[in-house]
Amino acid sequence: MKASVGIGRRLDGFAVYAVIYLGFIYLPVLFLPLFSFNDSIYVAFPLKGFTLQWYEEMANNSGLLDALMNSLKVGATVAVLSTIMGTLAAKAVTRYRMPGRGPVIGFIMVPLVIPEIIMGIALLVLANTGGVSLSLLTIGLGHMLLCVPFSMLVMISRLEGFDKSMEEAARDLGENAWGAFWRVTFPLALPGIVASLLLTFTISLDEFVLAFFLAGTDVTLPLFIWSMLRFPPKLPMVLALGACILLASFIVVTFAEWVRRSGVQVKSASGV
Amino acid sequence: MTDEAIISFSEVSKHFGSVVAVDNVSFEINRGEFFSLLGPSGCGKTTLLRMLAGFESPTSGELFLDGQAMSSMPPNKRPVNMVFQNYAIFPHLDVRGNIAFGMRKSGLSRAELDAKIEEMLELIKLAGFGARGANELSGGQRQRVALARALIKRPKVLLLDEPLGALDKKLREQMQIELRVLQQQVGITFVFVTHDQEEALTLSDRIAVMEKGVVLEIESPTKLYESPRTHFVADFIGTMNFFEGSVREVAAGAVTIDSELLGEVRASGSGPEFTSGSRVVVAIRPEKIQLSFEAPENVANVVEGRMGPSAYLGDRSHFYVYLPQREDPVSVALQNLERVKDQDRRSDQAVWLNWSEDSVVLLAPK
Repeated sequence: MKASVGIGRRLDGFAVYAVIYLGFIYLPVLFLPLFSFNDSIYVAFPLKGFTLQWYEEMANNSGLLDALMNSLKVGATVAVLSTIMGTLAAKAVTRYRMPGRGPVIGFIMVPLVIPEIIMGIALLVLANTGGVSLSLLTIGLGHMLLCVPFSMLVMISRLEGFDKSMEEAARDLGENAWGAFWRVTFPLALPGIVASLLLTFTISLDEFVLAFFLAGTDVTLPLFIWSMLRFPPKLPMVLALGACILLASFIVVTFAEWVRRSGVQVKSASGV
Repeated sequence: MTDEAIISFSEVSKHFGSVVAVDNVSFEINRGEFFSLLGPSGCGKTTLLRMLAGFESPTSGELFLDGQAMSSMPPNKRPVNMVFQNYAIFPHLDVRGNIAFGMRKSGLSRAELDAKIEEMLELIKLAGFGARGANELSGGQRQRVALARALIKRPKVLLLDEPLGALDKKLREQMQIELRVLQQQVGITFVFVTHDQEEALTLSDRIAVMEKGVVLEIESPTKLYESPRTHFVADFIGTMNFFEGSVREVAAGAVTIDSELLGEVRASGSGPEFTSGSRVVVAIRPEKIQLSFEAPENVANVVEGRMGPSAYLGDRSHFYVYLPQREDPVSVALQNLERVKDQDRRSDQAVWLNWSEDSVVLLAPK
């Protein structure tokens, strides 16, 4: 009896901690939707009244819509390309004996730890000396540099999660390397591929520093938002935009989690 | 290459960096036989199997399948199929999908393929399990699906990489029998890799014993057990008592040996040819030794010792008998043909061991 009371108390302690923890993470974010419906250009309490004005303004701002489209274009392209590259690289390092495997992985992972501002300057210098004009393309290439290592990390952990004899079995049963990939590796790696697509898309979507250095005349969403901050009357519109992005993220993450859970339980399958 | 050989290894070596996994191996496997590669882990048996499957290629030498050189042929083109150690059942497919996996390019109609799958399910005694998910199968069922998936391709040779290792003892013994029956039913050559000598003895027509990348002996189970030609094989397969000695006399069909521990040992002429004066190892199986509590008369080979610990195993008993001047006890196995009473197994009493001339195996010293 006593013991169970003790456990109950401790659980209560943890529960309080958990609530504080969640509050710390989510309260600041929740200010976005809250103030996006507030009928005032000043982001301050007390709240004035309910309005959809900022959403309307957002929907009618062509600069914002252009930036959003640019970001989606860059994000989607970067996500697909870096996931393809990350998957193939992960397959290479997990499935084949090759000389210099360690250093190769190390070099591919380096962009994860180089400060973005350094990389941004380096890429800008490179683009200038190479005579490449800045555009969405340069932003995309910069984002690839960031996203490939992330994709590779996700895919390596996924590919190491199932036995390579699965692929050998496919080869043994008559498939060439390509067939074995499509009929076995790909379906088994699918949850990882979805995770990689979402992760890299998100990274590209909210990346600011590289985009700042590498942007030409077309801007991405983070650059647009940053430029809006100089005009206080525009701030509520940015909040409305933020609320929309938040909602979209929520939907996407829920979807990703659903895919992950409905994915094949490879771990339990390979254990006998 | 003889007519009945289906697989032929010709001076095959495989190096992984500085490690020599397979060292200049040449032998043949006959059509329709159940052939086992037996040896401790790291002896190169799995590497040989993977070379047959096409997952490794020899560093030097060539292997032939039905007369055709295999080295440059990718795994998907070879007329062999493999049952993997952990079965490698595709978790995203059901039983039917797993069995049908290799039949994509078979050119069979849907109905023909369905009939074939039903036939395979029947063969592996899993009729009605076609729609089961891969994750809903037990270890034994997974093994059967892996077998069916390979056999439906009608390979010339089926490769099995320790397929029973993951099963518990009872199931393993049951699967051994089923495997043997299945092999006779389908008439396909089986190449079976195992480190379990009992399993190899039970299943095989012939066994290749490997150590450190070299094939030591290729023989039938009986020959390997009863007349091993190398110290390693004698030691690795079953239990063996070893004694050193030197040849005193070689007569027609009989050898007399002076052993430091056993005294005079007489052996019928099995083993390599020895000349008088040469050192030999006398090897005797535990179950070939008679144990008595009084000095036996009129026997060829006898030695007195003291009873050490014993182990009662139900159908048989193991005794360990100490000889003077020898630290390791002699191992003796007796069938418990009559009801055993506890007083029979008192330790420390004097016992006499004797064995027939015919049961002695003579080996070259290590």
